[in-house]
Amino acid sequence: MDTKAIKKEANNTQTTERISGSEAVIKCLLAEGVDILYGYPGGAIMPVYDELYKYQDKIHHVLTRHEQGATHSAQGYARISGKVGVCIATSGPGATNLITGIADAQIDSTPMVCITGQVASHLLGSDAFQETDIVGISTPVTKWNCQVTKASQIPEAMAKAFYIARSGRPGPVLIDITKDAQFEEFDFKYEKCKGIRSYIPIPKIDTDSIQAAAKIINEAKKPMIVWGQGVSLGEAEAQFKAVVEKAGIPSAWTILGAGAIPTSHPLNIGMVGMHGNYAPNVLTNDCDVLIAIGMRFDDRVTGSLSTYAKQAKVIHFEIDPAEIDKNVKTEVAVLGDAKESLAALLPLLEEKTHPEWHQKFKDLYAIEYEKVIKDDLYPTKEGLTMAEVLKEINIQTKGDAAIVSDVGQHQMIACRYANFNKTRSNITSGGLGTMGFGLPAAIGAKMAAPEREVISISGDGGYQMTIQELGTIFQQKVPVKIVVLNNEFLGMVRQWQEMFFDRRYASTEMTNPDFVAIAKGYYIDAQKVTKREELKDAVAKMINTDGPYFLEVCVEKEGKVFPMIPTGASVSDIRLE
Amino acid sequence: MNENNLYTVSIYTENNIGLLNRISAIFQRRHINIESINSSVSEIENVTKWTMVVGLSEDQMKKIIGQIEKQVEVIKAYYHTEDETIYQESCIFKMKSDLLFDERQIQNIIKESNSRIVTVNKAFFVIEKSGRKEEIDLLHRELTVFGILQFTRSGRIAVTKEPMEISKMLVAFNQ
Repeated sequence: MDTKAIKKEANNTQTTERISGSEAVIKCLLAEGVDILYGYPGGAIMPVYDELYKYQDKIHHVLTRHEQGATHSAQGYARISGKVGVCIATSGPGATNLITGIADAQIDSTPMVCITGQVASHLLGSDAFQETDIVGISTPVTKWNCQVTKASQIPEAMAKAFYIARSGRPGPVLIDITKDAQFEEFDFKYEKCKGIRSYIPIPKIDTDSIQAAAKIINEAKKPMIVWGQGVSLGEAEAQFKAVVEKAGIPSAWTILGAGAIPTSHPLNIGMVGMHGNYAPNVLTNDCDVLIAIGMRFDDRVTGSLSTYAKQAKVIHFEIDPAEIDKNVKTEVAVLGDAKESLAALLPLLEEKTHPEWHQKFKDLYAIEYEKVIKDDLYPTKEGLTMAEVLKEINIQTKGDAAIVSDVGQHQMIACRYANFNKTRSNITSGGLGTMGFGLPAAIGAKMAAPEREVISISGDGGYQMTIQELGTIFQQKVPVKIVVLNNEFLGMVRQWQEMFFDRRYASTEMTNPDFVAIAKGYYIDAQKVTKREELKDAVAKMINTDGPYFLEVCVEKEGKVFPMIPTGASVSDIRLE
Repeated sequence: MNENNLYTVSIYTENNIGLLNRISAIFQRRHINIESINSSVSEIENVTKWTMVVGLSEDQMKKIIGQIEKQVEVIKAYYHTEDETIYQESCIFKMKSDLLFDERQIQNIIKESNSRIVTVNKAFFVIEKSGRKEEIDLLHRELTVFGILQFTRSGRIAVTKEPMEISKMLVAFNQ
């Protein structure tokens, strides 16, 4: 093999250098500012790993214990930082193990670039060892994907991948690179992608629609905002807060929108949806104007569409044109980036306070407090509640922690009760509802934001789906705090079984291992709490431990999450018990 | 509920591997059958044009167009009603050569349907016909009674009565 030869191109000031495809992959990553990768090596991606060995002072590779862990870690990294998370895997099973995380990133609009190795191009389609059609398999769950069979295609594919992943409505992309393309040498030159003619990431803002929206908002007597992740994805928190405050509109969040304005903000009226707060759900069907910002009217948010906000004029601020009228018909659609749209809207809004309308939210909150919140946070009966664990974490972290939750009852409790002072603090699997998301996502979040307290909250079910990532935490010395709320059940399914399947607990009871021993087996300091009086000190010990820490809290076995909108019911038929 | 209509979908795209998968998956997820599909070069260099025929409600159609346009490599997608397009389909019949001599009616059918004989040999002859769906359906019905050895029909190809200003869009992008 020739050694690298650097030459100047005649008509270009950029240098080209003769390198292998695998080295090109690394150089592309460096050019895109990537300094951390999550992945797992294997035969078809070995040339890239071999180059990574050479570049380990520039790119830190995190060996997760499963490729799914790599994707969730990359997601956690992306969600807290706003940067593109990158993961890497080999062909065949390595690649297919990425799929759950990719699907999760797709539905939750998380920027992620996945690089997979592939069998040599002459073997494609021959059912070669560890060959799968990962491009075909990942097509429905990627924003974009492609297969590269020649080294010379790598720079353009990588540049496009990063551009597509992070621009507009973010999402995951996958690049599959054949092994021969990784070995092949070519004249490397990298140019960042600045545009693709068939792709308009941010639709042009239409001034007329903003004016129309402002008019409706100014005339509204009972306006309500539901905001989603689009606010934080668009880095529009400041503009959003200004709009909310000037127009004095009660504002509720979808699960992924949490934190864009602090939990304690007086106009923050809580979460909407299946396990959201009582007042915003009930009053969705009472407001005269519903302003949706960067959210997609998921069925978990809307309940029955036939009754959802039928009385209201709906204004939808959205970057993705395909979301307009997809589920809920809008009066006015404001396409564009939330930051720009809200900044343009702000000067057109009249200052309002809507005191009577606010009082309705307060009255309904008082009902929810009496029937649900008081018993959740200040239980008098035996058995720890999940919510009191969150309350203790709130107290001791002062609401500054990033909470990474898994999926299930504990997730709903975490989202309902965690205090978020800062944006990008609620990291959870929203659309896909991926059990096993929490622990690996917390790894990525902590590595992206080491200055922040990152606390992973899992149930005993989801935790065991990716429990192997304790090995990653141990090896990488990631000081993430792990809380497992153990009720020895797949709690959410059990709740449904109790409510809708005559308490037939089919395969939801879990006989669990000694979680503390397992954590200690990975040399992670650990503690188990079974009594209320132990909780405060245990949380303090966890927070004050420098390294990673595992805390198991045994909570009431048959606790339920309320409020709840049964599937298919109207949001205003939300149940408190 | 909206009633189902037959729509012609025109999609202008980059010519990239795998796009068929992406587009067909949009229909597959929603359990919508694609009646016909055609992909070819378009009036614009390096731009592929897809013509699809699907039967669904207009509400569904609008949502699907949004999902199609969302694909990175799709430049623009449109849907049209039957009245808004001029379309053609093409078909080929293979029949026994004896019929040409034994069944006089066959020659009349060929003449009246404006179809043409592509080739004749001792064993068989081949008829080609381009036209609207109904014309091809009629020809098929008429020839069926004589026994068709093979029959193949193309997907719809269509142009719209109104202009589709893709070229302008691409010029704007390049500026």
